[in-house]
Amino acid sequence: MSELATDREIDRSKMQVSDEVAIEISNMNKWYGTFHVLRDIDLTVYRGERIVIAGPSGSGKSTLIRCINRLEEHQKGRIVVDGTELSSDLKNIDKIRSEVGMCFQHFNLFPHLTILENCTLAPIWVRKVPRKEAEATAMHFLEKVKIPDQAHKYPGMLSGGQQQRVAIARSLCMKPRIMLFDEPTSALDPEMIKEVLDTMIELAEEGMTMLCVTHEMGFARQVANRVIFMDQGQIVEQNEPEEFFNNPKSPRTQLFLSQILGH
Amino acid sequence: MSDTHANTVAYVRETMLPQVAPPASSTGPVGWARENLFSGWFNTVVTVISLAIIAWILIGIVPWILSPTWGATSLSECREILTAAGSVGEHGTSGACWGVIRERWVQLLFGFYPSDLYWRPILSFVLMGVALAPVLFADRVPSQLIWFSAAFPFIFPWLLWGGTIWGPLAVAAGFVIGYYVFRILGAATSNLIGLVVGVLAAVIWWLFLSGYVVDALASVLPLGIEEVPSRNFGGFMLSITIGVVAIACSLPLGIVLALGRQSDLMIVKYICIGFIEFIRGVPLITLLFVASTLLNIFMPPGTNFDIILRVLIMVTLFAAAYMAEVVRGGLAALPKGQYEGADSLGLDYWQAQRLVIMPQALKISIPGIVSTFIGVFKDTTLVSIIGLLDPLGLSNAIRADSNWNGIVWELYGFIAVVFFIFCFSMSRYSMYLERKLRTGHK
Repeated sequence: MSELATDREIDRSKMQVSDEVAIEISNMNKWYGTFHVLRDIDLTVYRGERIVIAGPSGSGKSTLIRCINRLEEHQKGRIVVDGTELSSDLKNIDKIRSEVGMCFQHFNLFPHLTILENCTLAPIWVRKVPRKEAEATAMHFLEKVKIPDQAHKYPGMLSGGQQQRVAIARSLCMKPRIMLFDEPTSALDPEMIKEVLDTMIELAEEGMTMLCVTHEMGFARQVANRVIFMDQGQIVEQNEPEEFFNNPKSPRTQLFLSQILGH
Repeated sequence: MSDTHANTVAYVRETMLPQVAPPASSTGPVGWARENLFSGWFNTVVTVISLAIIAWILIGIVPWILSPTWGATSLSECREILTAAGSVGEHGTSGACWGVIRERWVQLLFGFYPSDLYWRPILSFVLMGVALAPVLFADRVPSQLIWFSAAFPFIFPWLLWGGTIWGPLAVAAGFVIGYYVFRILGAATSNLIGLVVGVLAAVIWWLFLSGYVVDALASVLPLGIEEVPSRNFGGFMLSITIGVVAIACSLPLGIVLALGRQSDLMIVKYICIGFIEFIRGVPLITLLFVASTLLNIFMPPGTNFDIILRVLIMVTLFAAAYMAEVVRGGLAALPKGQYEGADSLGLDYWQAQRLVIMPQALKISIPGIVSTFIGVFKDTTLVSIIGLLDPLGLSNAIRADSNWNGIVWELYGFIAVVFFIFCFSMSRYSMYLERKLRTGHK
């Protein structure tokens, strides 16, 4: 069975799923040229949910969460985030992006800015927060991800795990209501994966709405309230983690789980 | 196998070795020479041959440079001095004739600028240094100085060309008008409409209104300094003026063109591609001929469009096309993740470009940008072909003087040395900048 993401007991007191809708995706389709990447995606995310999206590479899972903040454009169907529909209206897109945080596989920190400047850039320019206040917020979140002492270094001087935690802090500085994680641990060494997962677990414990594309099945089992399995651009199966891992219904899911957990 | 060796392999160190200086043969000048010059028989041979060639060149050139002809007032006097000094080779006297530089260096610097007004170009170039400081060394000078840098483009031409003070003020007013139209309309409608109307308003002001306003103001309050016509400009003053203006204007224009070329807006994209490819496909000299002759044909009769201004525009456009491609190279080198990182934080297009993309793309392109700068600066010598008296044009004029007829190397050598000083400084500055902006692993 899969390794656990953490040995400690997870505090579930604030991990409440409300019936308020955070993201609503209905009948969404996307093509790359003529290639049909996402087919008829229907997904409703409630506030406070922690959803893990799993699936083989090329199944469209990254593309799905990248559609939610319009890094990729969908061609058909509706995506409504926090009550705002994603359309080609740039004002809507920038509004949604400032409400939805995102962490990438390769961190995408800005190498020409210090850690602190990385964290204060968007609050200062997008939210128009005064610099002092933005810096105080940034230090707060850097303490939270346990690297306040690196604040004046440049990203290139940090380890991968530290960079990813900075990336999480950078997103949090915008006080997002939803966090998207696009394979946040796939580019990291095993010992660094743990420190990033710890940060993500703490975030979940505070009640953040999270969508994670990840291969960390331990994290899915311990933290997620819902696991979605995708293949060939479609949602094949979704269920609560216990049911999903112990009793997968679709043969495609069974095959995937046997490959990923078998060894 | 490891079992049998267990006893002999076990080892515990009891005393730590102190740090010892390296052997003398590997440090100091001896060590350096051994490592870099004589590290094998082949390298030793190459070193000896190279030293011999350098010595041979120096033996040929140094006496020529050291010739005692600074006081001469004509080429024939030079020859007399050299004959008297005994430096006569098989092809007549051998030795430089430096008198021409002593007599004409001021002209090589200022052309035919009125000599009682030399303080104006001198002052303007000193002020240029002050204006460049906050741009080149932002971390070492007070940041308020940037306001002077902003005002300098209006002071500079006024000091050089002279005339009424209302002229540069009217040009500056055009920018203010355009800015406020943009602000007011941009807030009321959209940024794009504001931008277009703002630019239109400024252009209308410059072309049709400012002339009357300047004339009116000048007749009421005739503040100004003596006018110097463009035909009196020349020498390095002209080269530097063209070079600096072209460099300063081509970088922003090049950035805009590079962004335009990558734009999703079809029309903008193809206009930029067309412009870049057209300019790059045409030799600069052709553009300069267009500036000097053809442009007047297209102008309404009677308009007097200054020749230096026309050249400035052409050289700037030429440099901008190359700059655009250099900057595009920098943009292409940036990982897509940087755009996505900026987008995902909610930065809009211009914020992302200004705060995230451009600082990195420009940093990557520093060597290419500075190469283009150096190329543009040296290309300013081409203006001699359309009759402007840059240093090369002046050297022909000096040679036409019967006193100095036949002088070649001294003039070209002097011009080359001055150009080298400027170009080498730019190259050193770019290396300094690259070192300063390095933020990776230390």
